[in-house]
Formats: sequence, C-alpha cells, structure tokens
Amino acid sequence: MKKRFDFLNLGIATSAALVMAFIYFPMLIVVLYSFNPETVNAFPMKGFSLKWYGKLFENTSLLSSLKISVLIGLGGTFVALVIGTMGAIAMHKYQFRLKRIFERVVLLPITLPGILTGVAMLSFFPLMGIKISLTAVIIGHTTFLICIVLTQIYARLKRLDPFLEEAAADLGSPPLQTFWKVTLPNIRTALIGSAMLAFTLSLDEIPVTFFLIARENTLPIEIYTMLRRGITPEVNAISTIIFVISLTALAISIKFGEREPSIV
Amino acid sequence: MSVQLEHIKKAFGRQVVIPHLDLDIKNGEFITLLGPSGCGKTTLLRIIAGFESPTEGVVRLEGQDITHLPPYKRNVNTVFQNYALFPHLNVYDNVGYGLRQKGVSGQKLTEEVKNALEMVQMSDYMARKPKELSGGQQQRIALARAIVNKPKVLLLDEPLAALDLKLRKQMQFELKQLHRELGITFVFVTHDQEEALTMSDRIAVMNKGVIEQLANPQELYDRPATKFVADFIGENNTLTGEIKNGVFYGNGYQIKVNSPIEGQSMLLVRPEHIYLNSITTEGVPVRIQAKTFLGHQWKIHCRTDGGEPVDVTIKPDEIEKLGSVERAFLTWHESKSNIIKV
Repeated sequence: MKKRFDFLNLGIATSAALVMAFIYFPMLIVVLYSFNPETVNAFPMKGFSLKWYGKLFENTSLLSSLKISVLIGLGGTFVALVIGTMGAIAMHKYQFRLKRIFERVVLLPITLPGILTGVAMLSFFPLMGIKISLTAVIIGHTTFLICIVLTQIYARLKRLDPFLEEAAADLGSPPLQTFWKVTLPNIRTALIGSAMLAFTLSLDEIPVTFFLIARENTLPIEIYTMLRRGITPEVNAISTIIFVISLTALAISIKFGEREPSIV
Repeated sequence: MSVQLEHIKKAFGRQVVIPHLDLDIKNGEFITLLGPSGCGKTTLLRIIAGFESPTEGVVRLEGQDITHLPPYKRNVNTVFQNYALFPHLNVYDNVGYGLRQKGVSGQKLTEEVKNALEMVQMSDYMARKPKELSGGQQQRIALARAIVNKPKVLLLDEPLAALDLKLRKQMQFELKQLHRELGITFVFVTHDQEEALTMSDRIAVMNKGVIEQLANPQELYDRPATKFVADFIGENNTLTGEIKNGVFYGNGYQIKVNSPIEGQSMLLVRPEHIYLNSITTEGVPVRIQAKTFLGHQWKIHCRTDGGEPVDVTIKPDEIEKLGSVERAFLTWHESKSNIIKV
C-alpha cells in the first residue's frame, strides 16, 4: 500500500514540476537572452553582455511608455485604494439586502473580458464628457483594481476582532479617530498587499488601455508594437526588468496580503 | 443611584430581546447580571455602555439621562469578553489609550498607566504586544485599560469565561479585591452561577429579557422567587401539587405547609436540605433509583410514587446506614422549602 502512495506522490510532484516549468521556462529564456550580445536569439549564446540594457536606456519611446505605465499604475492604484477601502468598510459594517449577491457582483469587472470593458467604456466615456486620454485609462483601470482592493480589505476586516472598534469607542474615540488609530493600523498590511497586486495588474493591462488611450503608449502596448517589427533584444531586457519588478511586488503582496482564498 | 434603567425595551427587528425592564444599580455595588445565554444580559450591559440604544426607555448615569449619548462620551468603561486589546499597540499604549483620548500626556500619563498596571500586577510587561501575553495576562491588561480611566461604572462582560478554572478562581478573588480598593460600581455579566454567588453584592437573575429576581446571593439561594431561579442557582427539586387549608397535596402524599398560597403550586427544595430515612413512615414516600458518589457526598436519585424525580445528597457515612433499601421517606425543615404559585 505504502509503495503505491509514494508512487502517486511522485507522479503528482512530477506533473506539478512540469506545469511550473511550462509556465516559467519561457520567462527564464527571455531573461537569459536579455544578456545575449547577439541580435539573433539563438543558442548557444556567444558570451554575456549588458548591451541591450544600455540600448534600452537610449530608447526614448520605450522609456516614456514605461513612465506612462507607472503613472497609470500609481494613479489607478491610489484611487482604487481609497474607493476600495471605503467600500470594504461599508460592506463590513452594514447589513443590507442582497449583500451576498453584491459580494459577487463586485467581482464582475475582473471576470468580464477586458475587451468588453474597453469597448463599453469607449462608447460610454464620451457621453460622460471624458475624452480618450490618460485620465480615461486610469478610470478604466481603477474599475477593476477596486475589486482587488475591496476583496482583500474586506477579507482582512472580516478577520479583525469586531470588538476593537467598540473598545476604542469605549475608551473615548469618536468614529473617525477610531478609524485612524485602530482600524487603519490593523488593515495596513492588507492595504500594502493589495496596492502591490493592483499596481502589477495595472502595469501589464492591455485590452482596456488599448481602447482608452490617446496618442501615448503604455509599456505593454509599446512592446507589442515593437514585436510586430520583429523581436528585438531590447524587448528581452525590458521584459526582464518588468519581470523583476512584478516579482518583487508580488512577493510583497504575498507577505502582507490576505492568505484567505481571494479572487486572484 | 449609579445607573438607573427605566422601562427599558430592546428589540432587534421583530425579535424582542428585552420586553420591559427596570433596574436601579447602587453606587459602588458589585452587581451581577446572571442568566443563560440569550437571556439579554449582555444586551443590557451593551445598553449601559452605549453600544446598543434601547428601543424604549431611559438610561441614567448618576441621575443624568445618557440614553442618547454615544459610548465615547460616557463615563463608563468595559472589559470585553475576548479582551479586545489593540493588537498593534503594546501594553503601555493599550492602557494609556483612554487617557490620551482625554488629553492626558507626559509625566501624568506615565504615572497613571504605571499605577493601573501595578494594580493588576503587570508592571513588568509594558513593552509587550498583546499577542505575546497569555490569556490571563491579557485579561489583566484589559482590566487595567478600563480602570485607568477611573470610570463611574465598570462593565464586565463575562471577562473570566475564557480562563481555565484555577486562574478563574484567582481572578474572581482579585476582581473582588479591586472592587473594594477602587470603590466604583461594577456591573458584571456571567452565566456561571457560582461565580455570581461568590463575587456579587447583588445578583439580577435574568431569563428571556426579564429580571426574575434581584437579591443578594444568600437570599437568592435560600428564597428563590421563581422555579427558574431555584433551578438556575444551585440544585433544586420541584414537586407539584395543590394546597388546601395549609396542606400540600402531592401525587400520593401530603405535607403540612405554612404558606398563604392556596391552590395549584410548586414546592421547591434543595437536595442538601432533604433528610432521607427508611425507618419512619413520615414524609414523602419515594423509591430509590440510583446512587452517585460525588467525593465529599453521595447523591441519591429518588422518584416519588407519582414519578417526580427528587435528588437527595447525604454524607458518605450515612450511605452505609441506608444499606440496600429501596423505599424511603423524605422530610425537610419547612423553612428550607419554598412554595410558588403556578
């Protein structure tokens, strides 16, 4: 019996390793090629060089697209943090009809295909008087980043001792002070975690961005455009940089974020 | 009067938790709200604290109407069942929280926090975070955090429920001592009748949102006003019957009683007040069904001819005298029984 189970475990471990390899191997290849001195991606590499990283920093359009992406990411994350946190607190505090349904509906923006959201916003924003612009993109991103923040903060609030706020009130704190002095410090890590996650998601978003952006390009769109002209090794370099940034943000979000099952 | 609750009614939606309640709490007394879970005792405490507002009625603190005052403006403090210490603050900041809200700072703050921690013997733990403390230690910090504010009334919501038996006994003693030292009013909520009996000046026994009896522990034990109180506090036997002209007619027996009550009634008597004998034929005839050894005494489970269960406790040396008889008679001092109209 025991042998069979060992065999089973081995099988599971192997397939898990294979799946992981399938997912991450391509990324490793990109990282490897980013240090390739040659223009053509081919093995074996003829040495090691930071040439493409140097080239990258001369490529102004790529750099400016990175700047725009970061700008959108920061803006979207900030607005999502504010709205998402307020929403989470409201959902946590009040009991209302259809709350359970609302808990699901709130997730809709991330379950909906981005292309749908993009098209919908493209036709809706002009009605609202919002021009196709960076602002539009930030609003677009914010819509789905809110649910990241909201669900994460909501999960944290649910785990929080419900009597903490009463204890603060009991000791003389009006509601707003209770929020700053007691609630906020206790959801701080969830805030950091969800901010990192939101930023990463915003950074590589294409469909919604594509519909709403005007002249400027965000990084993923710029890379996509570059690729159409053939793979240049600079793309490997920038991909590596983004990979490292995302990995860091993800690590931070895992460290601080909710461990409970969440939507992402 | 410290706290006055006048015509309090509390309903959550359609569910009425407290139908109508009046209670006067005296200055400096240790009063306990005792009852099973769901009896409304915690709700009542939360109404005094201000976490719930009564559907109807008035709450007064030293004569002043505080019914609509939010908790942060009331001069009362609460010790929560799960302590509710702020996890992000250390012991010092937890205890100092209330004083800081009042604008106390610097030397005075340090002094008062230290005093409070000394009172609960936790002076050495100032820099610790709550999660680095044991349950009993957290309990002490929660106490210090409340009493440091010198509230007019200290509300305690089953504060000892989470502690193990030995620690609970010790904390009961210390709480009582603290009450004497501080001289402030304590309102204590518990479902543990023994805890209530040992600690309180007065006990309000609650059932279904109603105070069944408000009395000191001795009176509550000796003279329960209702069957519920008799059953809830200590152990109790209930015999039902009818009283005519000073005679209680039970199912297959009659006892003389000295009570103004006539008609259908219940006779309540505690197991330790019953004498069991197998020689005379006086008293309530019963059949002995089982015997349980309890260490310091034996419990004899009997049944009357009418099928009513009656438990009697006797000393270990009496069990031998009893032998293996199956039939016996129960008597008690009339003053030890209580008669309640049905």
